[in-house]
Amino acid sequence: MKLGRGARALVSIMVATTALSACTDGGGRPRSASARPAGDGGSDKAAPVRYARDPYPSTYHAYPGVPTLLRNVTVFDGEGRRIDGGSVLFADGKVVAVGTALEAPAGAQVIDGQGKFVTPGIVDIHSHLGDYPTPSVQAHSDGNEATAPVTADVWAEHSVWPQDPGFGRALANGGVTTLQILPGSANLMGGRSVVLKNVYGRTMQAMKFPGAPYGLKMACGENPKRVYGSRNQKPSTRMGNVAVDRQTWARAAAYKRKWDKYEKDGGEPPERDIAMDTLRGVLSGEILVQNHCYRADEMAIVLDMAKEFGYHVTAFHHAVEAYKIADLLKANGTCAAVWADWYGFKMESYDGIGENLAILEKSGACATIHSDDENGIQRLNQEVAKVLSSAHHAGIDIAPEVAWKWLSLGPAKALGIDAQTGSLRPGKMADVVLWNGNPFSVYTRPEKVWIDGALLYDADNPRLRPVSDFELGQPGEGDVK
Amino acid sequence: MKRALLLIATMLATASVTATPGAAQTVAITGGTVAIGDGSAPIEGGTVVIANGRVVAAGRGVGVPAGAQVIDATGKWVAAGVVSAITALSLVDAEGVSESNDAGARNSPFKAAIDVADAINPAGVKVANERLGGITRAIVAPDAAGSIFAGQGAVIDLGQDASPITRARAFQFVELGEAGGRLAGGSRPAAYATLRDAFQQAQDYRRNPAGFDGRSRDALVTRADAAALVKVLDGQMPLFVHVDRASDIRQVLSLPRDYPRLKLVLIGATEGWLVAKEIAAARVPVIAAALADLPASFENLAATESNVGRMRAAGVQVSLMSGGGAQAGDHVLRQYAGNLVAITRVPGATGLDWGQAFASITSGPAAAIGMDGEIGSLRPGRRADVVLWDGDPLELSSAPVAIWIDGQPQPMQSRQTKLRDRYLTPTEGALPKAYERR
Repeated sequence: MKLGRGARALVSIMVATTALSACTDGGGRPRSASARPAGDGGSDKAAPVRYARDPYPSTYHAYPGVPTLLRNVTVFDGEGRRIDGGSVLFADGKVVAVGTALEAPAGAQVIDGQGKFVTPGIVDIHSHLGDYPTPSVQAHSDGNEATAPVTADVWAEHSVWPQDPGFGRALANGGVTTLQILPGSANLMGGRSVVLKNVYGRTMQAMKFPGAPYGLKMACGENPKRVYGSRNQKPSTRMGNVAVDRQTWARAAAYKRKWDKYEKDGGEPPERDIAMDTLRGVLSGEILVQNHCYRADEMAIVLDMAKEFGYHVTAFHHAVEAYKIADLLKANGTCAAVWADWYGFKMESYDGIGENLAILEKSGACATIHSDDENGIQRLNQEVAKVLSSAHHAGIDIAPEVAWKWLSLGPAKALGIDAQTGSLRPGKMADVVLWNGNPFSVYTRPEKVWIDGALLYDADNPRLRPVSDFELGQPGEGDVK
Repeated sequence: MKRALLLIATMLATASVTATPGAAQTVAITGGTVAIGDGSAPIEGGTVVIANGRVVAAGRGVGVPAGAQVIDATGKWVAAGVVSAITALSLVDAEGVSESNDAGARNSPFKAAIDVADAINPAGVKVANERLGGITRAIVAPDAAGSIFAGQGAVIDLGQDASPITRARAFQFVELGEAGGRLAGGSRPAAYATLRDAFQQAQDYRRNPAGFDGRSRDALVTRADAAALVKVLDGQMPLFVHVDRASDIRQVLSLPRDYPRLKLVLIGATEGWLVAKEIAAARVPVIAAALADLPASFENLAATESNVGRMRAAGVQVSLMSGGGAQAGDHVLRQYAGNLVAITRVPGATGLDWGQAFASITSGPAAAIGMDGEIGSLRPGRRADVVLWDGDPLELSSAPVAIWIDGQPQPMQSRQTKLRDRYLTPTEGALPKAYERR
């Protein structure tokens, strides 16, 4: 790792690095407001009181399921393995076993899937469902707090409308079982993301993925400078983008020092700043940076800025030019979450190519597919199929079972939830899709989708087709979609 | 002009096809699976013969003419080129770069008179990129920006030459749904008032061109707009109407009561399945969004991917629009069509069989504009727009290996392939990447 002059081994950097490695193991984040270090009994200083890290806690629970054995199927286990004539057994919401000759326990439902495929549920690392729900009327525009270039204080979960019809489409047509909802990219620091299980709930909390780390949405490039530049505000240039970011990180580092000291020593609590809480979380490695960025040169600058202030960029999103710096991304341990073939819709997407993801994979960089779109999220398997095709025609052959990592384990890792989901490893959540054919064929659709072992979509059963409140009593209620 | 360019195109094409034919030379592509594009099922072991820029014959049992250049397509598919309908391809370099975008004209005093043919740029990089996705023709539509009337669209080819126009002023495009209401000042009734007044003024113009105002500062309809709309009223130019809501579709279908010679084509028609019988009875073609399945607005509440299949089953002549492929590009059309085949296996859904699906992106849009005798299929006499695929053209794993447009072999390179080749190995060699070209 190259350390620039700016990274003068501040204590905070060391702390951040240590905390980060702990966090990627899935622990890290204190679970409740009551978790506090023991006070210093010998002092008359007040004992420190930690502010709540999880004030809107998940109330998600797994729905009932029956032990299920899928057999005689082709399995992509999500970790790069393919099993022909395979079986997948799950019970009590967890994957029990994956193999070739599994026995059905007593009372298990057995599904023979001749000619069908089984995969882990798809994890979309970049969605705005709920924040920009359909119908896309102005009253539903809740994804960009475009009133200041830094709004690290907003949380995407506070905009999520759990009745968005898009969740149901992503489930039934897309086999998506987990998704990260991000604020938009109007701002340099757009706010916190939230990870959801794709299970309709009455409340956002009922959809929230238990224990998933938060993310901070950042953005570089054209959007922030256009939104604020057009109002004659800072930033109006790319250099302005970086200047505002750096000033903000400098403030965050000071805030962190004050609060770290207080939470260690107690005394008079420093003033709370909700935005700075989030940035402190990033500097402590508890909150993962999910950074919208298109151009290769800008990503390289952001990587240096992260070193300067002692944080890690977990993933660049869109990253249309990631293929140009695949080696740099690999060296920095930063993922790229990309589209298959979007290009040319704005200046910074002009150099998009269909082989982006394949070149990243070939170079050993961490890469995943993403949707950023309520339609694309319904066909992420097909987006990967397009990448495989472009790759093949460019002389890069990637096995389909390896490519499935881009759809589940890769994004789960970049969300810090790979210990819980993303592959069919025994003990993980039984987030499972039975496809009616090869999921990399255009002619294939999900047949059944289980989330935590509960059958929540069944193409053969219209009662297992979710209908959001919005669609109830409207034309097309309960239709195939 | 075309003749002079022939040489250049031929030279450029040599990289892709070894023995390069001129347009006049007869080419026989043999042994492949032939997809004619007229709704018929694919034909294994067929032959396609092209000469003088046109299809001579396609199918099984087609003989190879003496002296023809023979291309072996065994294991491959020989298919009609894809027609991308309702796209801004060749009008735009990058949508978000307003300087490069000629799709819409918010501040123009002209409306129906706008003619995209004046702005078609065959050298735009997207043209070559999308050609390599199997697109050979496009129905280029203006965006409605300053009025419900977007202006007149064109049919173009994607050939690498300086003559892209197949038909200029091929249709007029009008918005009459939610967008129409917004453009007309805030409501659907205002959009209809605008439409009827414009038609009335066009009739005034036709009766007495000399006496028509149309040049004063406060004229709602300019002379040029009125002249453009006369062709619509006379049925010489199809009227493409974008509506989605079932009630909006019914309203549009009632327009011929007052304007009997209108040649309507419905664009979008997301709720078309709810009024499919009426559309079929009116014999109005539809160019629909294949996979719109969300209530994206209050005019799309009944959206379903079964819309196209249900309309087709009711007898509607329906084809697919790319909409420019949103952010991906027009090449996604074949993916859309493939998905409509996929849903035939979903219980309760209605899709298309393979032949219908392929026709919905080839002869279908051509027929909607009355040009299926000229483009959109491999039936004899059509312009020789042929794509040789290394597999099923609707399947995601396939890609074109050779392309002819008007019988001219096309280069198999684009700016995207050049970027790809430069960065297949991202690290730099002895010199910076700027010095690396193939």
